[in-house]
Amino acid sequence: MARTHVSTRLNGEDTDFLCEPRQSLLEVLRDEIGLTGAKEGCNNGNCGACAVHLDGRVVNSCCVLAVETAGREVTTIEGLAQGEALHPLQQCFLEEAALQCGICTPGFIMSSKALLDTEPNPDEHRIRFWLSGNLCRCTGYDKIVRAVQRAAGELQESK
Amino acid sequence: MEAFDYLAPRSLSEALGALGNGKRSLMLAGGTDVIVQLRENRRHCDQLIDLKHIPELMSYRFAGDGSLEIGAAVPLAELYEDTQVQNKVPALVDCATIIGGIAIQSRASLGGNLCNASPAADSSPALMALGARLVIASNGGNREVAVEEFFSGPGQNTLQPGELLLTVKIPAPAANSGAFYHRFIPRNEMDIAVASSGVSITLDGSGNISAARVALGAVAATPLMVPAAATVLIGKPAGAEAFAEAGEAAGAAASPIDDMRGGVAQRRHLSKILTVRALEGALQRIPGSR
Repeated sequence: MARTHVSTRLNGEDTDFLCEPRQSLLEVLRDEIGLTGAKEGCNNGNCGACAVHLDGRVVNSCCVLAVETAGREVTTIEGLAQGEALHPLQQCFLEEAALQCGICTPGFIMSSKALLDTEPNPDEHRIRFWLSGNLCRCTGYDKIVRAVQRAAGELQESK
Repeated sequence: MEAFDYLAPRSLSEALGALGNGKRSLMLAGGTDVIVQLRENRRHCDQLIDLKHIPELMSYRFAGDGSLEIGAAVPLAELYEDTQVQNKVPALVDCATIIGGIAIQSRASLGGNLCNASPAADSSPALMALGARLVIASNGGNREVAVEEFFSGPGQNTLQPGELLLTVKIPAPAANSGAFYHRFIPRNEMDIAVASSGVSITLDGSGNISAARVALGAVAATPLMVPAAATVLIGKPAGAEAFAEAGEAAGAAASPIDDMRGGVAQRRHLSKILTVRALEGALQRIPGSR
């Protein structure tokens, strides 16, 4: 099968890759480009472990074809930290122990980032609504919600 | 996943040309159903036609007569984030905000939800209650069909070879009218309807119901219009008595199946209760009725 040349912007850098039309963005990120932050959970759009941003909106990268990203902007969990400095959401997930095995964490953080980009000061109900497309099977959701609330506060203060 | 060609036409005529080239085609809008179905070998194609570079399919507008014309591939989030849509067509927001989670709504479209033709799809009963019409394009020209005429069975729609769904047209709401859609699911979010109900009602000057549309989801092989429920509403004062009668009619019209999501008796009961409550919700949305 012929591979297609795709030019996109990935984590702020112009990026080129070759892929087959049938390959998902998740597959290409992980297997072709080597960015393994986005995780494969269900591979059918239910669990959110593969969440990334496409033109600023959170999407499940298992439900996006890599060829669709031509000329568009993709941000993955690898694009959040500034050098050695973690993004406040990453720092708060760590400090609030909002993870156990960590498989769901990149997806939760990308969904939370999209939420805070849209609604800087969400209440608990909004946080839970926005994160309903992300499943955690070990640590539970309370700590995740607390981490997002704290990160929201810190991001507000730093403005 | 089986291999296929990926096409990204820049115009409707280019897309219709590709659709007529003799290969097995599937349309790609948000991809939240079709990509998964291709991966799981539930659908097959030689070429996948991405509709997202076609302006008519990716834009929406309120026309001069107050109707809302929505390109079939417009992402749900773009619709429900629009304050004009929120204010003028709240029943559309009811369904668009509960189809999947946020990451689904960033991509999923009304056209995709309709063409996928799940009997439990959330957009169908809402659009049926709103009296939406679908514009279907082909090389022979456009045709229009009422949304309730679009479905022919579970996962089956009435698109013919060479046709694609172009726009969803929601007529301007009548004065003194309200519409509402909701569903029952066992968890709070991110689930598929066990049963659902979409309704719209219009009141005359004395508070009697002059027009009504009642639709149900997940209780038949296709989304179901319930004209009998509309009939019992018309001419009566909008209130508990008429709503209860409409609920009974909806419960009687439902012909559900037993499956992993719910049983026959449960779905009949839900059809009744959801219809009564949807009518209450629609009444609340009529200016001056609160």
